[in-house]
Amino acid sequence: MVRVTTVYDVTVIATESLSKRFPRVTALDRLSVDVGPGVTGLVGANGAGKSTLIKILLGLSPATEGRAEVLGLDVATKGAAIRERVGYMPEHDCLPPDVSATEFVVHMARMSGLPPTAARERTADTLRHVGLYEERYRPIGGYSTGMKQRVKLAQALVHDPQLVFLDEPTNGLDPVGRDEMLGLIRRIHTDFGISVLVTSHLLGELERTCDHVVVIDGGKLLRSSSTTDFTQTTTTLAIEVTDTDEHPDGTRAVREALHARGVTVDAGSGLPGAGHVLLLTAQGEETYDLVRDTVADLGLGLVRMEQRRHHISEVFTTDTDTDEQRKEAVGHGS
Amino acid sequence: MAVEHPVASPPGDQTRIHNIGYRTYDGPRLGRSYARRSLYSQSLRGAYGLGRSVKSKVLPMLLFVVMCVPAAIMVAVAVATKANDLPVEYTRYAIIMQAVISLYVASQAPQSVSRDLRFKTVPLYFSRPIETADYVRAKYAALASAMFILTAAPLLVLYVGALLAKLDFADQTKGFAQGLVSVALLSLLFAGLGLVIAAVTPRRGFGIAAVIAVLTISYGAVSTLQAIAEVQNSSGSIAWIGLFSPITLIDGVQSAFLGATSAFPGGVGPTNGEGVVYVLVALGLIAACYGLLMRRYRKVGL
Repeated sequence: MVRVTTVYDVTVIATESLSKRFPRVTALDRLSVDVGPGVTGLVGANGAGKSTLIKILLGLSPATEGRAEVLGLDVATKGAAIRERVGYMPEHDCLPPDVSATEFVVHMARMSGLPPTAARERTADTLRHVGLYEERYRPIGGYSTGMKQRVKLAQALVHDPQLVFLDEPTNGLDPVGRDEMLGLIRRIHTDFGISVLVTSHLLGELERTCDHVVVIDGGKLLRSSSTTDFTQTTTTLAIEVTDTDEHPDGTRAVREALHARGVTVDAGSGLPGAGHVLLLTAQGEETYDLVRDTVADLGLGLVRMEQRRHHISEVFTTDTDTDEQRKEAVGHGS
Repeated sequence: MAVEHPVASPPGDQTRIHNIGYRTYDGPRLGRSYARRSLYSQSLRGAYGLGRSVKSKVLPMLLFVVMCVPAAIMVAVAVATKANDLPVEYTRYAIIMQAVISLYVASQAPQSVSRDLRFKTVPLYFSRPIETADYVRAKYAALASAMFILTAAPLLVLYVGALLAKLDFADQTKGFAQGLVSVALLSLLFAGLGLVIAAVTPRRGFGIAAVIAVLTISYGAVSTLQAIAEVQNSSGSIAWIGLFSPITLIDGVQSAFLGATSAFPGGVGPTNGEGVVYVLVALGLIAACYGLLMRRYRKVGL
């Protein structure tokens, strides 16, 4: 993590062989992970131990073994102090339908210790920041799912925490609402200076939003690294060109031309428009120029040239597969 | 909440709106005890529908009026007829109006706790500095205070009326004070029972029905048994039977120690010795209600 935030540039969350065992299930199994400031994604299938981890981090459920610190405070002894500085947005519905968003969030602000006047001011500010305007005076019962999610987010932010835990914030949202929520989560860090731990079982949406991704499965740590590590170890370029009278098969012509210049090109098989798309590994800035020049020399039109980022879901295959297999998987494009 | 200020600009410059963006909060954070007080006042207001929809104000306000109107009528009669005493003792008033009190606790206890369970708001409370005990205490204190307002207000009407009717000051003050102690105990007991029952179910309807059932069935059973005991001339057992319903429990306590006339069949209240048992049972029940609520919420968590 290179990003420096208003939080001191320290570890925001640290766990050390943290375990949580229930009589029949082991929810967390010797989990050791450090999370820095910024937006961190906590990824795992349902039942992977995400919610259990959040409960322990809020100081609400004691760990069976190991220790954890949030903002430098021990969860076992400083629960109340942690909860004063941390916001929490639950996964499930948690809003009473017969009060207005304003009233509800003011009440929650006071429950976090804000004096009455400050609670009102912060509520108005926060609801505006999450994108609720006139409707905030109406009872919550009449809100859409997207608006309810915003109220839930607002109550987690109203006391200006240093860190928020967002449990599945995009659950139940349509694609537009999902994008808006992800944008909002990004802003929580960049504009508000608040670090974020966001859980999801959808890996794809986190790569756009998070600086860092922690993957857990069955209570065990699968992987913890920055999003750029996940997706940009190498860049794959996808190229599509037009055909001309001179070169009836433009794609083939480009492939041969590039081959002559020493670039290995893959005929993006298995992709939509296979046969018309060329994939090649970019070795840096020169590759882009090379492609441009090659296409121009042949007199073809360049329809597109885009980065294919590797999908985060590969983490699940890389855990078990060897590195070589992984490279192969990457080479074939995602 | 002035966030976007149109800034007064020098002449010639274009007027701009500056969005000053997110503002951090550096003010005081008042912590647990403040949060507990906030929850208390919010719950107390909620028990009379304040801060909630118009619909939810109707029933508690109506019951409050129903509680006070008979007291006002009694006072009017006492003043008009220049009576030497009020038609009803202070301690007796709550016993007479027990149906209204039961209805109030049955409607407001679920309102206070079942809603938080049903809409899963409880985790939001516990993700904040307060602990289980703070939540339980705030909710218990709020409902008990609401019940005290409901039961003490008519006594105040009676007292003020009695003074206006120029009844004996010392007598009336003593009676009023005894009445207040009695309704305070009643409020604690009824609020505790109501909350324990309501906290079991997230469904408000079930909560209301269960509270009414417990209060009326226990009272019905106890008074029937007492009547049978009186017919069979075993008046000694009347007092002991009275331990088994909340309202007769209060009746027993106040007959033994607060100078009240018992509403038991035959007007025979418990003796002082039996009265001690009554007080112990009443206090034990209140403590048990608190303990059960704590246990209930320890499990709720997130």
